[in-house]
Amino acid sequence: MTTPATAQRGARIEVVGLTAAYGRTRVLDSVRLTLEPGGWLAVIGPNGSGKSTLLRSILGFHPHQGQVRIDGVPTTGMRRRDRARSLAYAPQTPVLPDGVTTREYVALGRTPHRPLLAAPRGVDRSVVADVMERLELDRLAERTLATLSGGEQQRAVLARALAQQPRVLLLDEPTAALDLGHAQQVLDLVDRLRRQDGLTVLSTLHDLTLAGQYADRLALLSGGRVAAEGPPADVLTPAALSTHYGARAEVVAGPNGPTVMPVRARD
Amino acid sequence: MTATAGSGTRPGSGHPPATTPRGRRRPGLVLAGAGAALLLTLLAGVWVGALPLPPGAVVVTLLDRLLGPLGVHLSGGLSGTQEAVLLELRLPRVVLAALVGAGLAISGAAYQGVFRNPLADPYLLGAAAGAGLGATLVIAYSPVQTVGPFGIVPLAAFIGAMLGVGCALALGTLTGGSHSATLLLAGIAVAAFLAAAQTLVQQQNTDDLREIYGWLLGQLGKAQWSEVLVALPYLGTACLVLLFCGRALDVLAVGDDEAASLGVHPGRLRLLVIVAASLAAAAAVSVSGLIGFVGLVVPHIARRLVGGSNARVLPVSLLIGGAFLVLTDIVARTVVAPAELPIGVVTAFIGAPFFAGLLWVGARRR
Repeated sequence: MTTPATAQRGARIEVVGLTAAYGRTRVLDSVRLTLEPGGWLAVIGPNGSGKSTLLRSILGFHPHQGQVRIDGVPTTGMRRRDRARSLAYAPQTPVLPDGVTTREYVALGRTPHRPLLAAPRGVDRSVVADVMERLELDRLAERTLATLSGGEQQRAVLARALAQQPRVLLLDEPTAALDLGHAQQVLDLVDRLRRQDGLTVLSTLHDLTLAGQYADRLALLSGGRVAAEGPPADVLTPAALSTHYGARAEVVAGPNGPTVMPVRARD
Repeated sequence: MTATAGSGTRPGSGHPPATTPRGRRRPGLVLAGAGAALLLTLLAGVWVGALPLPPGAVVVTLLDRLLGPLGVHLSGGLSGTQEAVLLELRLPRVVLAALVGAGLAISGAAYQGVFRNPLADPYLLGAAAGAGLGATLVIAYSPVQTVGPFGIVPLAAFIGAMLGVGCALALGTLTGGSHSATLLLAGIAVAAFLAAAQTLVQQQNTDDLREIYGWLLGQLGKAQWSEVLVALPYLGTACLVLLFCGRALDVLAVGDDEAASLGVHPGRLRLLVIVAASLAAAAAVSVSGLIGFVGLVVPHIARRLVGGSNARVLPVSLLIGGAFLVLTDIVARTVVAPAELPIGVVTAFIGAPFFAGLLWVGARRR
């Protein structure tokens, strides 16, 4: 596809020696990750392991040491607008402003591409229309966000991120508020966009089976360190789940990736 | 919500678009309507009064004054007294009312946008309390009434308002960065302190209570061109800045992290909007006293007409606010003529039922 939204291919992301703290508590310790263009890396790990902080540090929202490079260029030297043209972000609980229509919300994604105070141009409108069509939001365009269902809202947030025409999508728990069916729809959509546009995807996912099914690489964060990194089948092992989650689970290999099955305690 | 797994293919099929008011699709129409309303109320404001002025002659005289510098001269046929009433009494008053109403309304809309709080108003960060203390202090203690061509009360009120907001901003920034909740609480603390100081001064100077209350309730009765000239640079600058900030405020509305991920500096932007909105509030308060309600409610009326996007709410609020205050000022000076009602009272008397009606209609439409 050569629509305006697919003008650029995915970027290579390198995270080197990333260390971050809340006050005196160190939450990330020398994290090192590499994402190849067009790859999907899911960061997994128990609650409080630093998944969201990792994403926020990569975006530059959280003070940190170490370096993040986009196609070899350190983000610290980039202007905020330029960074926003490369990295798009969908937070775990997006703020959906009152009384704003889906179209207006998606159009906010054009912010880094136009002067902040200027009116949208033709190219902005056409990118927005294109993204909304691809995500099947055109019929919801004039509805306010509050009237959308949870799955539709998540799609609107994705559309806003795509309207940025980014090279990397950073998704913090994109399925947190969704039931299984809607979670699958959203992840299928991300997967399709990744394959069509060659976008690089970095997401956190707390559902291990979904992470194993959709991502091509997993990074297991535990206590702020990368405990394991690699293809899902290598990372999702009963031993790792026991050590880092304190969980009893069996892992079943499948054609599309491993499935994690929790096992109840027997006394 | 009843969305099912199939809703991805047929989104929205079950929802009628009833939640989209008609005006939201035609913001240009609403803007033109609000502009026309402002113009009409301005004309009504110079026609109506104790001394009746012939409407046609008023329009011709105003055109004559406007076009005079271009070499066009028209004769409206007003007598000398009529012309003096028009140009020295009614016109400055009507213009001041429009300026103050527009300033308060856009300031309130900006505060509501920047704090993402529908209850925010222009006096949120201590502008009212600071102005109140400044005015009370000079009414009670100042031996002089004017400084140069300017009245001392507006001057003190303006300085007090800016100091109040300055304190709140300093306190909020020192304690919580640019985080908006901390800033709100800092504003509450500063306002409470200043209001207490003002009450103390009042209580020590009971002779001046009447004058102080007259000021606090808001008044445009002493409006002159000098006051218009005092307020215009500040109000004009602040309104222009805020009008340009509408789109940026829409970006801020998605939260600080997301705004930053869209390439915006949330802290800087918020500071710019707060300073501009406070400047408008301080300038408005200094020439008209404390006029409530306009800054709180007019933005909500605008939102009902054009939706939640600040890029449209701000200009529409500006126009409606101006028209609304000119209208209430006409009522304030005519219902008990030759006496006047305090305009702050009239804004609430007219505005509250009107707004209640709007809520009622909105609820029924849903």
